[in-house]
Order: sequence, then C-alpha cells, then structure tokens
Amino acid sequence: MSGYILETKKLGISFGGLTAAQDVDLRIPKEGIYGLIGPNGAGKTTIFNLLTGVYQPTTGQVLLDGQDLTGLGPDKICRLGLARTFQNIRLFNNMTVVRNVMVGLQNRPEYACSVIESVLRLPRHRRVEGQMRQRAKDLLRIFGLEEDRNALACSLPYGKQRKLEIARALATDPKVLLLDEPAAGMNPHETEDLANTIRQIRDDFGMTILLIEHDMRFVADLCDQVTVLNFGTILAQGSTQTVLQDPAVIKAYIGG
Amino acid sequence: MEEILSALIGGLSLGGIYAMIALGYTMVYGIAKMLNFAHGDIIMVGGYTIYVVMATGSPLLAIAAAVVVCVALGVVVEKLAYKPLRGASPLAVLITAIGVSYLLQSLAQIVFGSAPKMVTVYQFGTVTFLGATVQVSALVTLAVAAAVMAGLTLFIKYTRVGRAMLAVSEDRGAAQLMGIDVNGIITLTFAIGSALAALAGLFYLLKAPTVSGTMGAMPGIKAFTAAVIGGIGSIPGAMLGGIALGLVESVSYSFAPIAPYTDAIEFSLLIVILLVRPTGFLGRKRREKV
Repeated sequence: MSGYILETKKLGISFGGLTAAQDVDLRIPKEGIYGLIGPNGAGKTTIFNLLTGVYQPTTGQVLLDGQDLTGLGPDKICRLGLARTFQNIRLFNNMTVVRNVMVGLQNRPEYACSVIESVLRLPRHRRVEGQMRQRAKDLLRIFGLEEDRNALACSLPYGKQRKLEIARALATDPKVLLLDEPAAGMNPHETEDLANTIRQIRDDFGMTILLIEHDMRFVADLCDQVTVLNFGTILAQGSTQTVLQDPAVIKAYIGG
Repeated sequence: MEEILSALIGGLSLGGIYAMIALGYTMVYGIAKMLNFAHGDIIMVGGYTIYVVMATGSPLLAIAAAVVVCVALGVVVEKLAYKPLRGASPLAVLITAIGVSYLLQSLAQIVFGSAPKMVTVYQFGTVTFLGATVQVSALVTLAVAAAVMAGLTLFIKYTRVGRAMLAVSEDRGAAQLMGIDVNGIITLTFAIGSALAALAGLFYLLKAPTVSGTMGAMPGIKAFTAAVIGGIGSIPGAMLGGIALGLVESVSYSFAPIAPYTDAIEFSLLIVILLVRPTGFLGRKRREKV
C-alpha cells in the first residue's frame, strides 16, 4: 500500500492535437483537505473529469485506495467511492431537496428494497424509505438545509444549491469527495461558513476532500496541501504555505 | 343520451390504448432524450406475434408471447440502432428511428405479405349499461389500462429504479456521477415502453381485428400527438393526453356530420394546443443552461 487514498500516475489526456493534461502525478493522503489550483484553463476540471470517468485518459492511471479506476464508467467509479460536485451546479432541479439527497443515498446496499415491495409499499419499503429519509435529513442538517428539505432544488438560493450538491455527493458514501469550486459566487461570510462545514465533514466522516478553488484565501485557510496546475502540467505541489510563496506559482497567477 | 354514454366509454377505452402507447413515447423522450418513431411499429410486431401464436388457440399464450417479443425487440433496437448514436445529433437519432420504422414495416411485409390478416383473439360480446350498448372489450381495455397506469405511477414514484429514472431524465450526466447505471435505465425504459406497446397492440386488435405491416403507423402517430398534447416527457401528461385524444376521437366519430373529419380534428387540436401552450398540458418549460 502506498498510504495515499487517491493517486494518479502519469495521467494525461489530449483532445485531437490539444494536450489538456500531461504527466499529472497526484498523491492525496487520507483524511485531509487537498487543493487543486491554477490559472483559468490550467486543466483543473479536466483532472476531475478524468478522475470520475467522464473522460477516459489517453495515458496514465487513477488509483483509489489502491484500486485501478482507469477505464471504468462514471457510475461504477461513484459506487467505488469517488463523488463530486460541479463547477456549474447540476442538481435535479425539479425534485425536492430531500429527494436529491435520496438519489445519492439509494445505491447503498443497506437501502436495497425489491420493486414489488416498493410498488406495494410493504413494511420493508416503508422502513427503508424512513431510514433513508432520516439519513437524508441528518446530512441536510450539517449544511443547514433541514428546513428547506421539501422545497424544490431549483427554488433554493445559489449558496444553498452549492451546499445541497455537496450533501448529495456525500450521500453516496464516498472515500474521497471532489469539490469543483465550492465557494464560487459566495460572499465572504458564506465562504467562511462553507470552510467550517468542509472541516466538519473531514472531522465527522474522516473524509478526504480534494477541491478546486480560485479564492486563494479560502485555499490558504483550508487546504493542508496543494497542487498547482498550469497548461495541463504540474507547476508545483506540497504544503500550502510553501507552494503559495513559490515565485513560479506567483508568476503563473499574475502573469509576466 | 345513450349514444353519448357509449361514445364516452368507447372514448375512454380508446384513450387508454393511446395512453399506453404515449407512455412509451414520453418515457423514452424523457429519459433517452429521443423521439422513437419506430415505437408504433412495435405494436405491429406485437399484432403479428399474436396472429402467429393464436394458431395454438390460446389467447393468454399469444399475449404473453407478444409482450416477450416486443420487449426483446425494443431492447435489441435500442442496443443496435440508438445506443451507438448516444451523444450524436438529435437529428441523426430521429432519422435512424424513422429508418427502423420502415425496416420493421418492410420486414413484416416480406414475411407475412402485404394483405392484412384477420385475427380474433377473443369474442367478448356486449352489455347494456344505463340503456347504452357497451363493448365488453372496451371495459376490459379500460380496466387494464387504468391498472397499468396506476402500477407505472407507483413504480416511478416509489421504487429506487423509478427515482433513478427521474434523475436520469433531469440530468443524465449528474445521475451517472451519482452512481446510477444510465445505460441500464435506458434499456429498462425501452423494455417498459415496448411491453406497453404489446398490450396496446392486443387491445387494438380487440377493436379492429386485422393485422398488417402498417397497422402501427396510425395509432403510433395518434399516441405521439397525445404525448405532445399532454406535455412530452411527462408521464401523467401522456396519460391525460391519451385519454383526451381518445375521447375527442370517439365523440367526433359518433356525430355523423363531423365523423369523416375526425383525424383532421385531432391533429388540428394538436396545432391549437401547441399554439396556446407549447409545452402541452403538463410539460415543463426547458430551462436553458447558461
């Protein structure tokens, strides 16, 4: 065992002639908050898409807890323990808040129930649904969304939609949670609140979190380690304090 | 009075047939995001299956065979013709569906010839109800259609698979990233739609006991109209649209002066509804992604 929960080896992808990511070696340790940063177009979301099977890599491999995920589809990868949120929110808009979370929960074996039992709403169905609803409520409470559970997802204000996406991802019982710009569009107060929630998820669930973020203060405040991408390759990685003071990193951000 | 009552019962039962077919269109549209114009021809394949198996003299065996053959056909067509085009332009998928439709019609004509064949599944007779003469077959159709629709509603609402179907219809990519096997859900959708088409074919034969290669075309296009009127993609919409269209058709047929114009009236209704309410009765406005 390598001691890393999520690892990539020489991960790369090219679209036609364009290389969007090349030789990316990530090593994400367990139970920490890890940042993936870089200027616009550096390939951060591309890496998320490679990790979650939305794109198939041209080269290299992805290992989750020592298991090779390369070549698997997104649904399989999710069931193996990698869940994510999206840069542009993608909730099930016409479902209620609690049902969004229940879609995340329903692949867990403990909530299995046969079609017949569900259609006839036999006792087992009622019990499982009740447990699922309770679990969903517990998850929503972490994000302060419990009161909104019967509202349609699309009716929530933006900040709450972002949080609901995290709750839904967490519902799939992941080993690693990938957050794509979780603080985008939030005001400083909401951002602060989100940082606390993310810490709470790490502590309560022993969760490993990998996040993409542009807000440097948020990253510096929250992440133990970061990787900086630039033009699809790794520019620097290591502890957050060191990396953010690296002249090459500052140059990539400011330009010059 | 009696004529109106019998037209209403006839209309409800015809509406039940349209609703069962419309459910296939609307579910495939909602989940696979395509218009399966070969859906009507599944009815025809069900009709011929019943015709062939009725040689054994057992209606129940014929019905079971029709359901099995239609489900298998629906799933195979999806795998061979539509799945390779996932992610292709909607127009390519639409043209392919039309191609599959002609392929099935032509195959039927090669195998069974172009002359329509008579098939009697079962003679139900009539009953008198409040002075009106009512076909028992219409009542059976109505009862089965109602049971099927209720069962499907419960299935979608309460099962895990039903919830997964709704999630896929909202956002296929996000659903897949929540661990839902999207291809499995799409296959299942085609299977359910085809099973309903087989049942619709059976009830169509009870009304008009002939099978031909093009027998699926008219009920197919009518049911599609019903699905659009109800709001394509909406399951209750397909039921409502189907019943509404069946009633309009049956009532229109029962008034001699307008009877010849019935088809024109139905399709005009579609145009009017699309003008007044482009999303149909229960359809949702598509929110453009920014």
